[in-house]
Formats: sequence, C-alpha cells, structure tokens
Amino acid sequence: MIRLSIPLRQALSRLFLPMLLAVALGLVLLGKADPALVERGRMALADALTPFYVLLTRPAGAVRGALQELRQISEIQAENRRLREENGRLHRWQAAALALETENALLRRQLRFIPDPPAAFQTARVVADAGGTYARAVLLATPPGVTLRKGQVALDENGLAGRVTEVGSRSARVLLLTDMNSRLPVALEDSRSRAILAGTNGARPRLQHWPEGSPPREGERVVTSAEAGIFPAGLPVGVVRWPEGGAPEVELFARLERLDLLRIFDFGLSGILPPEAVARPEARGRP
Amino acid sequence: MVLSGGRQSPPGLLTRLDALARAACPAAGTALLMVLLSAPTGLPSAVPAVALGCVFFWSLFRPAVMPPPACFALGLLQDLLGFAPLGIGVLTLLLTHGTVLRLRRLLARQPFALVWLAFSGFALAAAGLGWLLTALLGWRLPSPVPALVQGALSLGLYPALAAPLTALHRAMRRAEETAG
Repeated sequence: MIRLSIPLRQALSRLFLPMLLAVALGLVLLGKADPALVERGRMALADALTPFYVLLTRPAGAVRGALQELRQISEIQAENRRLREENGRLHRWQAAALALETENALLRRQLRFIPDPPAAFQTARVVADAGGTYARAVLLATPPGVTLRKGQVALDENGLAGRVTEVGSRSARVLLLTDMNSRLPVALEDSRSRAILAGTNGARPRLQHWPEGSPPREGERVVTSAEAGIFPAGLPVGVVRWPEGGAPEVELFARLERLDLLRIFDFGLSGILPPEAVARPEARGRP
Repeated sequence: MVLSGGRQSPPGLLTRLDALARAACPAAGTALLMVLLSAPTGLPSAVPAVALGCVFFWSLFRPAVMPPPACFALGLLQDLLGFAPLGIGVLTLLLTHGTVLRLRRLLARQPFALVWLAFSGFALAAAGLGWLLTALLGWRLPSPVPALVQGALSLGLYPALAAPLTALHRAMRRAEETAG
C-alpha cells in the first residue's frame, strides 16, 4: 500500500473530483444514448446479487410471518365469523358455478367450440424491489432451467401484476402495473368498452381513453383486453373506483406491495415490445 | 471484518491489514447496507437516502475513508440497483462529497442538530437535483411527490444512520490512537 502524506492526498482528491464529475456527466449521456448497455449492466449486477437476495428472503419472510401471525391471533374471532359467512356465500356460488359449467359444456358440445390451449406458466420468487423513487418494479430469481422472455405476463395469486421487461441469466425484472411507464389495454367487464390503464407510481393506476358515453362505473370489474396482442383477453386486473372529484382509478386484485411469488405465463404473444427487445431475435420453436 | 493474509506474515502485516480494514470499512459497509435495503422492504427510496447519509457523514468527519472514487462507485451501485436513469446517483453523491469538503471546516465542529439541519439542505437539494435530471432526461415532468418523499426520508433516516456511524467513527479514532 502506498502511503501518501495528507496534503498530497487532499490535492489528489481535489484533482479527482472534477474529473469524476465529468465522467458522471458522461455516464448520464451514455445511459441516454445506449439504454441496452445500461440494462446489461443492471442485469449483470442483479444476477450477481440474486443468490444473496434469495438467502435474505428466508429470514425476512420468517419475521414477516411471525408478525402477521401475532396480528391474526388478535383478530381471529371476527375473522372466523367473516369466514363462516363467506363460506356460506361461496357455497351458493359454487353451486351456481357447477350448474353453469355443465350448461357451458353442453353448449360447447353443440357448437364445436375449440377451447384455448391452457397456458404454460412458471413460478418465480420475488427477491428484491428493483424500483426506486421513480419506478415500480420487482426482481425475480429464476430457478435454473427456467428461461423467461421479455414481454411475458406476471400474475400473483389474485390477478395481473405486470410484465417481464428485462431478463438476465438468473434474474428478471418485472415492471409493475403501477409504474409510471406502464400502459395496459383493458376492457370493462360489464359494458365491454375498452380503456387504457395508466400507471401513476401511486397504489392505484388510472383509467384513460374510455369510449365517449360509457364511463366506467364504480365497482365494475376490469380485465385485460387482447387489443394490442400483448395480453390474452380476460385476465383479472381490478375493480373501478371513483375517488371524490377525480379520474377513475382501478383497485388492483394483485397485492403489489407484498409480492412473494409470481406466476410467469407464456401466452406466446409478442405484441408490442420495446425496440431493443425486438433487435435480439428469440429462438423459439413455434409449431 | 475478517481479512486473511495468505502468505508468511512479516512483522507489521496485521497492523497494515487492520489499517486497510479500517479504511475500507465505511465504503464497504455503505455498499452492503444499500444492497440489503434493496431487498423488499417497502421503502423504495431508502437506498438513495442511505447512500446520501453515509457519504455526507464520512465526507464530513473522515474524508480520507470516503474518497471521490468511493463516492463514484457508491453512486454507480445506487443507479444500478434502482431504476432511475444512469448517472443521477453518481452526480448527486459526488456533488455532495465536494460541497461537504468545502464546508467541512465550518460544519465539523457544530452540534448534531446543526449538522442535521445542514444535511436537510443537502437531502432536499439532492432530491431536487434527482427530480430535475429525471425530468430533463425523460423530457416530461414527473410528479414532485416522490422527490419530496425521498428528501423527507433521507432527512428522517439521518439520525438513525448517524448514531451508529458516530460510534464507529469514535471506535476507529480510539483504535488509531492505541496503534500510535
């Protein structure tokens, strides 16, 4: 180790700082000019850190589970009553669903309806918050042998969560619906009118561009639409909420603030992808 | 921190390793803390807040262990961990480091409350700079709320950050005194 006197060291640092500032400005420009390079750097770092995050999620999950259990014990009676009521209601719905299923099967037989093939999906664990002040995204650890692709759709157990935007060898980033850059073609389930769901970085994304004369109604279910070839139609997204004197928002089914496992579906749709994603052709054997 | 010397140790190697560990500890500790905080914690802007607080503290009280290259590396780590445009973290941390070095003589002797007040200026300026650069690079106006949240978070986290860092700083000084 070279020992420098303190004044010399300070002089060096004085020289260093402007130089490094210039390099930083260069980095800003580089990031603007070549987003693909930056993305590769980010994914390399994410790949390197993923095993570490995977290790970390276990104790963190244990602590969170213990806290949740404590809270649940205090609410268990009310919860029990609620569950019993809900169970009764669900039983009625189950009966209705079974009846409808038989009816549906009957009608399909008569119509020679060809059903959609069941979509293949892979499950991946969320290991890190890959967002920041201006972005909402999560980092997935992909198990060995699983290859994800840009543009695949991520759902949690309740509904749509986001899309895969960047893929590394051991990790992948999922841009959440709440991100400012997320725009999603959706359909309102009752009126069948189309709209765009735009993220705002807040908890509830906004609805935009619905057709004139059929505004979204409070409590209406919102599902994906197959409009741009990105999503299959009918994935559950959320419920319309009108805040007082504001634009309609969507309360998402997916619980984005505490994602732990995501199902990554491959519907075989490529749709609209960012240009740098198209530049790298995918080796996908399509029958 | 455990460092292992592979070869036969000449006299003084342990002392040198000790000094090396002491010099590397603040920057490495900051980096580790940033990586830990980017695991899902529910605090999206904690990483820049912690980076800013640590760089401010070490630049003010012990600039020798937080040289500009370390600030640069920490900024790069912050940018790569987050989703913000590249370079914003690097610029913010380097500018903070430079300004703190200028104000060092004035600030280092002040009581904690005044240092915190000064840091609040830095936190708000850093959030403002981040917001401005994001707006310029994306060529559209993001909502100012996240920037304010980030500024407030850095501001609020600073005492919690400064307490252990001060203890560490004192321990390092004591170790240096005993080492001669």
